[in-house]
Amino acid sequence: MSNNEVWVYIEQNEGKIAEVSLELLGKGSELAKNLGVKVGAVLLGDKVKNLTKTIFEYGADKIYLAEHSLLKNFTTIPYAKAVVDLIKEFKPQIALYGATTTGRDLAPRIASELKVGLTADCTDLQIGDHNIKDKEFKNILYQIRPAFGGNIIATIVSPEHRPQMATVREGVMKMNTPDKSKSGEVIEFKPDIPNEILLTEIIKRFQQEKTVNLKGANIIVSGGMGVGTKENFKLIHDLAHTLGGEVGASRAAVDAGFVSKDHQVGQTGTTVRPKLYLAIGISGSVQHMAGMSESNRIIAINHDPNAPIFQIAHYGIVGDLNEVVPKFIEAYKSQKK
Amino acid sequence: MEEIVNYKIVVLVKQVPDTQNITGEAMKEDGTVNRAALPAIFNPEDLNALEEALKIKEKYGGKIIVITMGPPTAAEVLRESLYRGADEVILLSDRKFAGADTLATSYALSMAIKKLKEYDIVLCGRQAIDGDTAQVGPQTAEKLGINQITCVDKIVELKDKTITAERSIEGGYEIVKSKLPILLTITDEANIPRPQSAKKVLAYKYAITPLEADSYDEEYMRVTEINESNIIIKLWDHGEIGASEPQCGLSGSPTKVKQIESVVLEAGEFKNIENSKAGLDSLIKELMSEHIIG
Repeated sequence: MSNNEVWVYIEQNEGKIAEVSLELLGKGSELAKNLGVKVGAVLLGDKVKNLTKTIFEYGADKIYLAEHSLLKNFTTIPYAKAVVDLIKEFKPQIALYGATTTGRDLAPRIASELKVGLTADCTDLQIGDHNIKDKEFKNILYQIRPAFGGNIIATIVSPEHRPQMATVREGVMKMNTPDKSKSGEVIEFKPDIPNEILLTEIIKRFQQEKTVNLKGANIIVSGGMGVGTKENFKLIHDLAHTLGGEVGASRAAVDAGFVSKDHQVGQTGTTVRPKLYLAIGISGSVQHMAGMSESNRIIAINHDPNAPIFQIAHYGIVGDLNEVVPKFIEAYKSQKK
Repeated sequence: MEEIVNYKIVVLVKQVPDTQNITGEAMKEDGTVNRAALPAIFNPEDLNALEEALKIKEKYGGKIIVITMGPPTAAEVLRESLYRGADEVILLSDRKFAGADTLATSYALSMAIKKLKEYDIVLCGRQAIDGDTAQVGPQTAEKLGINQITCVDKIVELKDKTITAERSIEGGYEIVKSKLPILLTITDEANIPRPQSAKKVLAYKYAITPLEADSYDEEYMRVTEINESNIIIKLWDHGEIGASEPQCGLSGSPTKVKQIESVVLEAGEFKNIENSKAGLDSLIKELMSEHIIG
């Protein structure tokens, strides 16, 4: 018997919940409300029960908890087995995963085993109807994502299979404000994971807390290939420092080694929507613009008046950035006095 | 010298439209994708996967079989694989495969791999630049019933039928170990693919599929002589790999494209700021008055 719920896979690493999972609880509760069903969260691990409180606060109505010593750290096959067994038993109508390296390792494996559809790296999810010939499908999941290198936005549906599954990009869905009073039912599920299951042994794991916080920044000053050299990228750092902003970069600037990858904004980097975005020496590939076009205000500084970035900018300054940036810093400092 | 093991390595590759270097409009007026505006290339990370295969072969010995699924013109990426050192190349091509999503694609690929019977390592790029789904690798591994390591930046060691590899994770990396057979998805961090070998280009530039041998038309004018010995690229259809028709192509694909829209990014209003002290002063004043900068 299907419970028709909307499920969110909760990604936890060493007892810390991934932000994208909390974002998905926000979107998941919106979809569930729309459908008139409950939001179920799936939590896997070893001794992770203490995380349930947070998961309820962010929007889950129920938590399916599977604890096992072989689930201590994420490895593909035991995790996939546990989620597949849960889905087979409780039959949710929708299952969502963060499009992280873990989510994108796990979800396809689950989709393949269940022979259901999976849409990768969605940037929006909606509920709507769909027709195939004379057959009408009510209230199905519209899975919306960029494709063709960000040049098109595709709406994908999987009307004839359940659950409808998607991985969702980090940073695009809004978290609910945690409701401290919220709680719910924890369903403890005993996963059947045989000892002889195919195993990946983790020899070493190194993970740094993010030092670059692009998502949370109000002001982002980004540099591209036009900056020219790693040394010259100091201009970008200086302006960001002056304005109290974070340093961003185009993929080309990262690939050229001007700055580390955690600064990358765009389709393959971080999606941002700050109050102010300065694009300096960035011509504006579709991939870059997909990651910053929703910024509140965009200032583009480029020597080429025909650079595509000017099409989405609110303010454009045509000129040599080596000249404009110091002038900008100076003008800001003098007005600040 | 490493122990010679002779690994049997399968590399899965894809011919993709070059979405990173778009010329002209990507979309036609009728809302469909203008593939003609996009040249077809070897999917970049699949070249990294092929390079890893070549490195394994050099170090431990082995045989490299490259498989692609696509229209007859996808034979081009197989020729390119031969130019770089592949030992055997196979084109999966059949109208029945058309319209396949990642599930139907991985089904066909896995059936082709199963036909090879023995294999130790399956390599593919982390993702293809047209769809960027990164799903076909893990789904193929599931269909084969083997383990997977995704986002591999480095193969650390192969020893005693066991592989150790480094994979990237958010803000760091993980070093993991697994028994063979295994499927790995390789990132562009792993290596710099070698250039084509001039000698191999000469040897294989007339390599064709049986299909190309049959369709001697303008498009294949460069095949000056149809020589049986040039039919180096194997062609397998759904029958050849024992695939069930309903699981192939569109009918085997649970996902359907409902709608596609071209991305049109535009700003509400555009102000050209004069590149002068006065211009910048007024811009900063405006941003300050709106509390956009402090």
